[in-house]
Amino acid sequence: MEDFVYFFTFQDPSIAWVVLGITLLGVGSAYVGTFSFLDKKALLGDAISHAVLPGICLGFMVAGEKNPVYIVSGAFLSGAVATFMSSWLKRNTKLSEDTIIATILSVFFGFGIVLLTALQKSGNPEIAGLNSFIFGNAIGISEADLMLYGGLSLVIILVLTILLKEFRLMVFDPEYGKAIGFPMKSISFLFNVLMILAVVIGIQAIGVVLMAALLITPGAAARFWTDRLNPLLILAALFSVLSGILGTYVSFVLPQMPTGPWVVVFLSLFALISFLISPKSGIIFRYFARRKYLRKTHRDHLMKALYKAKENGKSGLTIAEIYQLYPYQKAATNHSISGLSKNNFIATNQSLISLTESGISEGMRIVRLHRLWELYLNESMNIAPDHVHDSAEKLEHLITPELEALLEKRLNYPALDPHQETIPRENHDLR
Amino acid sequence: MTFDSNAFLIIFTGSLIAVSCGFLGVFMMLRKMSMTGDAISHAVLPGIVIGYFVSGSQRSLEVIIGAGLLGILATLMIDWLRKKARVQLDASIGITFTLLFAVGIILINLLAYKVDLDQECVLYGEIAYLPIDSWITKNGMNLGPRITWLAGLNFFFVVGFIYLLFKELILTSFDENFSSVMGIPSKGINLALMSIVSYTTVSSFESVGAILVVALLVVPPVTAFLWTKSLMPLLKLTGGLGILIALLGYYLAYWFDSSIAGMMVTVAGIFFGISVLIHSKKPIWLIGTSKSPQPFEI
Repeated sequence: MEDFVYFFTFQDPSIAWVVLGITLLGVGSAYVGTFSFLDKKALLGDAISHAVLPGICLGFMVAGEKNPVYIVSGAFLSGAVATFMSSWLKRNTKLSEDTIIATILSVFFGFGIVLLTALQKSGNPEIAGLNSFIFGNAIGISEADLMLYGGLSLVIILVLTILLKEFRLMVFDPEYGKAIGFPMKSISFLFNVLMILAVVIGIQAIGVVLMAALLITPGAAARFWTDRLNPLLILAALFSVLSGILGTYVSFVLPQMPTGPWVVVFLSLFALISFLISPKSGIIFRYFARRKYLRKTHRDHLMKALYKAKENGKSGLTIAEIYQLYPYQKAATNHSISGLSKNNFIATNQSLISLTESGISEGMRIVRLHRLWELYLNESMNIAPDHVHDSAEKLEHLITPELEALLEKRLNYPALDPHQETIPRENHDLR
Repeated sequence: MTFDSNAFLIIFTGSLIAVSCGFLGVFMMLRKMSMTGDAISHAVLPGIVIGYFVSGSQRSLEVIIGAGLLGILATLMIDWLRKKARVQLDASIGITFTLLFAVGIILINLLAYKVDLDQECVLYGEIAYLPIDSWITKNGMNLGPRITWLAGLNFFFVVGFIYLLFKELILTSFDENFSSVMGIPSKGINLALMSIVSYTTVSSFESVGAILVVALLVVPPVTAFLWTKSLMPLLKLTGGLGILIALLGYYLAYWFDSSIAGMMVTVAGIFFGISVLIHSKKPIWLIGTSKSPQPFEI
């Protein structure tokens, strides 16, 4: 608890610095990553983050020491070459996008390893520090480095915010943007620059392999909560900042724990929770919505069967007959029967189940919709009578009263469906 | 040049790994699953760590089983995210492998007192120490380098797998729906392919490292794919490229005094670059003077 208070009051300036750095990095990469996620280029960030390795080594070779300016610019250049090559390959060869990304990623990284081993064998004592560029070390970043990286993140965030409209066009409808006179090529070039920049500075904190998480996961998680771009960006940034702070906290409390992996674990946790519980598109919500719908269709089918039995002159169906209609669905059938009796649509007399007064009009409604739709398909869509049943079987649960009125009017209140069966209405003599 | 048995062993092992990765890579590429291979090669890390922790040795059966299980888990997780949670494919790959890799690093740090592993050894690997690391039986017989045996066994598995399931692999790669209709369990075939990819990753990670396994999975098939479109030549060309890559990679690494595995990938990249330059769409000034008509411009 003491640790908790000490950490979250930010008394220690070094904690405050690290948290500030992680926040800026997280917001920057979450912004960029959300755009690239929406652009369906999520893994390009992964390719870039592996491709900076040769640049880091070359920057080190040129500078002869661990100079962040040289290393960052080297990393930036080789990331840029990788991005350019992947879009060139996409345009000029028949290879698919994921193959191109995997090729670029592995070849650049392999070449980077060649350079790295050459460096290691050169015996330069500063080489040990190079590893923190590759595997990330959020805690180890010095204040001077932090000024550079934080400043660059701030630039990324500002540019993305100011040019939000342009980037929105680039992601959702570049053709339209071109048509109304936006320089789409320059915009996507600028976006690539920002993306490479975000990757290059993000790697310092989290490492080559895990950088992809910082880009992809916040956007993917936030996408489950909203369909609008602005809340999406804010939510993604929020997830990123929260996991950044939590990850730093864990490695503060347990010093042997690395920061980057914990940030990723928290991010993935946010994402998994979003996938499960978000309303509308979450797995749990969709499961219940689907179950509810399936139960409704089953009840509707049962009502239809009872109504048809009545049409054929029977007063109802026995439970055994109903079970036979829906083999292997005994539990679902029992559930439907109890639900329908609760709604007072059916009455059970010993083992005979028959429709009540309100049940008759409900069953009639479903049968009417079914037959109206069959007739509509047959007459207006020219589909043969023996092909219309399956579609009607689905649509009968979905047609609203408004649509029903429209269908009736369009078909001029017909009496018979394509199978020469009566389309039942309220004044029908069956009652 | 005199015969150098160490050089021969390294090149031979490198070729075995490159060819078996290449063969698997052809099918991964045809299924548009190259990035899934990348994901698996990272995602096996927790399995390796747990296997190491359980058995206390980096070279035990537990490590291979653990990594194989994690590879399958990664495949299932990608599939689950894509189908059940409806996350787009590239994002589900990204989320899966970063999470599993992060868990692996955390486990390494957690079990640091017992597990002498680091992420560098998983990512880089080193094939040059292969001749030293011999497999010695209990009664002291030296059977040669352990990794060569492992790579040979893996090669045998991969070739056997492809030979036995050739028809099924082709069908499920090109037309999954048709193969389901024919009664071939396409999901099972897919899982089998993924588990053999994870096994390959694991049996090669000590020697070439995870990223380089990805390179050998992807680059030779892609290069061969630029030259041919039919399957048998594709497989043959991939195999040939694998051997060539191992050979040139070794000597270039010797020449520049650098990492052999890294150099193998660099050579593969150079082959790929040359093939792309030959087979990409040419700019107009290279084709000739018959300029294609300019489209109507506003």
